[in-house]
Amino acid sequence: MRTIALVKRVCIQMVRDKRTLALMMVAPLVILTLLHFLLSSDTTTPKLGVNGVEESLINELKEKEIEIIQYDQLKNPDQLIKDENLDAILQLEGDQIDLTITNDDPSKAKVLQTKVLQAISTVNASEQATNLANLVEDIGRQLPNTPIYLPQAKVPEFNTSYIYGSSDTTFFDQLSPILVGFFVFFFVFLISGIGLLRERTTGTLDRLMATPIQRRDIVFGYLIGYGFFAIIQTIIVVFYATKILDIMLVGSLWNVILINLSLALVALLLGILLSAFANSEFQMMQFIPIAIIPQVFFAGILPFEGMPEWMQLVAKCMPMYYGGNALVDVMYKGLGLSDIKNELFVLLGFALVFIVLNILALKKYRKI
Amino acid sequence: MTSTIVLEQVSKSFGKKTVLNNININVDAGQIFGLIGPSGSGKTTLVKIIVGMDHPSAGQVQVLHTQVPNLGLLQSIGYMAQADALYNDLTGKENLAFFASLYKLNKESQKKRIAYAADLVELTPHLTKKVQNYSGGMKRRLSLAIALIHDPPILILDEPTVGIDPELRKSIWEEINRLKNNGKTILITTHVMDEAEKCDQLAMVRDGEIISNGSPKDLKNHYNINSLEEVFLKAGGKKHENNRIS
Ligand SMILES: Nc1ncnc2c1ncn2[C@@H]1O[C@H](COP(=O)(O)OP(=O)(O)O)[C@@H](O)[C@H]1O
Ligand SMILES: [Mg+2]
Repeated sequence: MRTIALVKRVCIQMVRDKRTLALMMVAPLVILTLLHFLLSSDTTTPKLGVNGVEESLINELKEKEIEIIQYDQLKNPDQLIKDENLDAILQLEGDQIDLTITNDDPSKAKVLQTKVLQAISTVNASEQATNLANLVEDIGRQLPNTPIYLPQAKVPEFNTSYIYGSSDTTFFDQLSPILVGFFVFFFVFLISGIGLLRERTTGTLDRLMATPIQRRDIVFGYLIGYGFFAIIQTIIVVFYATKILDIMLVGSLWNVILINLSLALVALLLGILLSAFANSEFQMMQFIPIAIIPQVFFAGILPFEGMPEWMQLVAKCMPMYYGGNALVDVMYKGLGLSDIKNELFVLLGFALVFIVLNILALKKYRKI
Repeated sequence: MTSTIVLEQVSKSFGKKTVLNNININVDAGQIFGLIGPSGSGKTTLVKIIVGMDHPSAGQVQVLHTQVPNLGLLQSIGYMAQADALYNDLTGKENLAFFASLYKLNKESQKKRIAYAADLVELTPHLTKKVQNYSGGMKRRLSLAIALIHDPPILILDEPTVGIDPELRKSIWEEINRLKNNGKTILITTHVMDEAEKCDQLAMVRDGEIISNGSPKDLKNHYNINSLEEVFLKAGGKKHENNRIS
């Protein structure tokens, strides 16, 4: 009964607080949209200055979507790159190949370098094939009546197939499941934490302790009250991400919602738990770099296998690690419920532990 | 007479600072008991210990012959905090309804009690306004109404008349007397001496100790002074002696 009274009150307060409601419902969508367009936009075609490069190689490079600008002579490539705003300069002199790269964006530089190398080796391979064919023809002419069979040298055909995703997969596709989960986690944390904090700072929590309400009534009242809004938020975010932004979703939408709801539950409880250790909204904000931001690093953005062992242990203490992994499994890899059930159980375990800790933390206000 | 509130050798310290030192109090049923003392003397701390919101470092508290803290006991206590603890984004009525629903009250009596309590503190016309638009006095009155909402036999009021205009203060005291005549026990704290006159029993608190207690009349007779204010000063001056007079 008392829990219901609390749920009702939390809901009225939330609905009246339009700004907070908007922050919870709209802010994640805005950020997701921004990131979507930032991360999945096509990379601009790189500009390559060339000097002394044969026509065949230039064609090969153009085929790889590189813009070619030819220079007859090059005195000072470093200066030219800066002046002409090029990404790289390729110079060929005899057997010597010089590639000068700006490297202002290392990942783009790597891609460009790989493309240039591929182009050169393709051209070389076909040149050699032609040379070989010519050689065979020569020998054939010099040694008449000697049949020479040489299988036509061909540039081998190269096929790439992908287990997860496709050649069109962008960084955003792999990142977005984690981001969806993270934003649900972050905003639910923030709003529920500040909600209970306000109750503490205005003295109403203290005042509640003079009524026969039980500590667990308070925890469950907040859990259900804010949980209601967290559910709505989760559903909005997931639908927006998958239906409107068209983020890659290979697995089941329901599993995605299930994972995000578990994450929201953990975030909600963590928020109200940490609010016990904050005396103001500002102090609540101070928990963000400590308790929230690190989670995103361990959620699958950085490769887990590459971490030192102790970091892997840290990762395993973070709810986002399980949430992020499960979301990538479902959205990107298309795995099913049986593959993510362990992660879900761990998240529920976190929730249970946080419920107990919350009830204990309220002991600060009343012993019974 | 039966004792409703009994404190035995209650002490409280926050860290190294002793805020209450060996407090013994007996509040009889149907009395208005006044805790009087300057601010910072420990009244609020004492009152919170009686309600069970705080734990004494030493000593015992019994209310209605039940050891504090006890959840069931809170159904019998109406508490008005010194600082208004209200939900500013809710209306007066929503505040009353929320607190009412925390007590064992059926829907019908909840409605009646809300109407009664609001009427008592003259807030009925303002019930649909949000509390953030209330004046300081209106907030005090709403806090008092919340303390009365479940019709408790014991009322613990921490400086209830602070910030309330004289006219309303008078009507609140009239109501306190009426509640007393209905058999309720009322513990009230104040730092205003003229309110002390209206209490049946007084305990004067200074620096966490009770420097004197008894009825206002007894206190004045004992020190042979006409004003309680002077009693307070005199009693405080020799606080290391035994000032129990009644
Ligand atoms: N939670 C607390 N921690 C530390 N000191 C406190 C705490 N609560 C009250 N005090 C101190 O106890 C003393 C008595 O305070 P209080 O009971 O509020 O006095 P009163 O109600 O008579 O004005 C004050 O000096 C106050 O600073
Ligand atoms: Mg006080």
